[in-house]
Amino acid sequence: MAELLRIEDLRAGYGEAVVLQGVSLALEQGQTLALLGRNGTGKTTLINTLAGATRQHGGRIYLGVGAQQVDLSRLPSFERAAAGIGWVPQERNIFKSLTVHENLTAVARPGPWSPQSVYQMFPRLAERKGNLGTQLSGGEQQMLAVGRALVLNPRLLLLDEPLEGLAPIIVEELLRAIARITREEGLSAIIVEQHPQAILAISQQTVVLDRGTVVHQGTAAQLQAQPELLDSLLGVAR
Amino acid sequence: MSEREAQTTVLHAQQLVKRFGGITATDHVTLELKKGARHALIGPNGAGKTTLINLLTGVLPPTEGRIVLDGQDITDLPPHLRVQRGMVRTFQINQLFDSLSPLQTLALTVSRQQGLGARWWQKLGRNAQVMARCEQLLERFHLSEVMNQPTRVLPYGKRRLLEIAIALSCEPRVLLLDEPVAGVPAGEREELLQTVAALPADVSVLLIEHDMDLVFSFAKYMTVLVNGAVLTEGEPEAIANDERVKAVYLGHGTEATLEDGHG
Repeated sequence: MAELLRIEDLRAGYGEAVVLQGVSLALEQGQTLALLGRNGTGKTTLINTLAGATRQHGGRIYLGVGAQQVDLSRLPSFERAAAGIGWVPQERNIFKSLTVHENLTAVARPGPWSPQSVYQMFPRLAERKGNLGTQLSGGEQQMLAVGRALVLNPRLLLLDEPLEGLAPIIVEELLRAIARITREEGLSAIIVEQHPQAILAISQQTVVLDRGTVVHQGTAAQLQAQPELLDSLLGVAR
Repeated sequence: MSEREAQTTVLHAQQLVKRFGGITATDHVTLELKKGARHALIGPNGAGKTTLINLLTGVLPPTEGRIVLDGQDITDLPPHLRVQRGMVRTFQINQLFDSLSPLQTLALTVSRQQGLGARWWQKLGRNAQVMARCEQLLERFHLSEVMNQPTRVLPYGKRRLLEIAIALSCEPRVLLLDEPVAGVPAGEREELLQTVAALPADVSVLLIEHDMDLVFSFAKYMTVLVNGAVLTEGEPEAIANDERVKAVYLGHGTEATLEDGHG
C-alpha cells in the first residue's frame, strides 16, 4: 500500500508553548494507527495539529499519494478538510444551532458516505434528524461528530476518543464500521482512545507518545500480544 | 420482604415526567435510591439518563411527578439548596472555572463546605484546615502536579478528575455521577471508581456510565432506561442476562468487534 501521511519532525503547541517536540511518523493508505499515551502527553495536540487547530512551530505534514501529495503545514483548517482530513474533535464541537440533518448536509462531499449511510450506521440519528444540536444527548452528539467527519468522505480520519459516551452496542457498531471502511474503502485513520484494547483490535500500527515525543512505534499486534509492554508504556500499574 | 425493600430509601423519584415540546424525555420514571446504594443507571444514547439527573438535582423542573429526599418533598427546591442537603452531582460535560487553578477551585468549594464561604476574599492558604483538605483531594485525584495551572490549559482527563474532586469536596450524602470516567485514562479509571465505591457506607451513589467493566464491578443494583422510561431494574447478574437489555444496549460483548481486527 502507498504512503498517505508523512509527518516529519513536527513541533507544535499553543501560543509560545511547544507540546510536540519533534514527532515523525508515516501511515499507509487503508491503515489504522492507534495513538496512545498517558494523559497530557500530546495525543490531542497531534490530532489538532493535523487538523490545523494549533500553532505549528516546525516540521512538515504531507498528505496524499505520489504526485498528488500536498504539504498541509501552512494550510488553514478548511483547506486541510478539502485535501481529505476528516476530524472528530475530543469535545465533539457539532454545530449546535443546526439540526442533525443540516450538520451532515452542510459539509457533505461526493463519495461513498452520505447522510443516508450515516443514518444507516446510527439509526438513532435518523430519529433525531430534525432536532437541533442543543437537543441531543452527549452520546448522540458523539455519533453526529463521527457522521459529520464521514460525510466529508475524507482520506484520513482523525478520531479523538470517538467511543466516549457511546452505549456498548454502538461502540461495537462503530468499531466494525471503522474496520470495514479502512479495509474496503482504503481510508486511513488515526484514533486516540482511552481503551487501548478496543482500538488495537482494529488497528495495524501504533504510536505511543510521552512528553510530546514518540517513545514507541510498532504494530498493533505486537502491543496486543505484550500487555506488560503496553502497560509500562501507558504507565499502568498492574 | 427482600433485603432491598428493607433498606431505607434516601432519594425517591415518583412518576417523573419531562416533556420538551413534543418529545417525552422522561416518561413516568419511578426510581428509589437506597441508603448506601451503589446503583447504576444505564441505557442507550438519548434514553434520558442525563435528563433524569437534571430533574433530580433541580437543573430542570419536571412536567409531572415528585422528588423526595430523606422523606421531604424537594420537587420545587432550587439546585443550591439541594446541594446543601447533601445531594451533589458531576456533569457529563465539564463545568469548571477555567481561569482558576485546581487549588483555587477546591479552596472555594472546601471553604464553602466548612462554612467559610463568606471569607472568599481572604488570601489563599489562610486557613490550615481548608488547605489540608485541598491537599488531600489534590493528591487523591492526581492533581498535585498541576494544582497551580489554570484549569483551561489542563488535559481533558485532568479536568474530569477535578470535576469529581469538586463533588467529593462537598461531602455528599447522595452523589450523582454522570459519566465520571469518560476521558480518564484506562489505568486511572478503576482507581477512581474504587475511590467512589470506598465512600462511607451511608453515602448513596447513582452512576451513569457506559464502560460496562466498571459498571458491573461497581454496581450492586441497576436501572435500565430506554426511551425515557424504565425498561427493567435489578441486580447486575439479572440485568447482564436480560435479552431485552442485550438487544437495545449491551450488544453481544467484545467478540463481535474483535472478528474484524487486523483485516
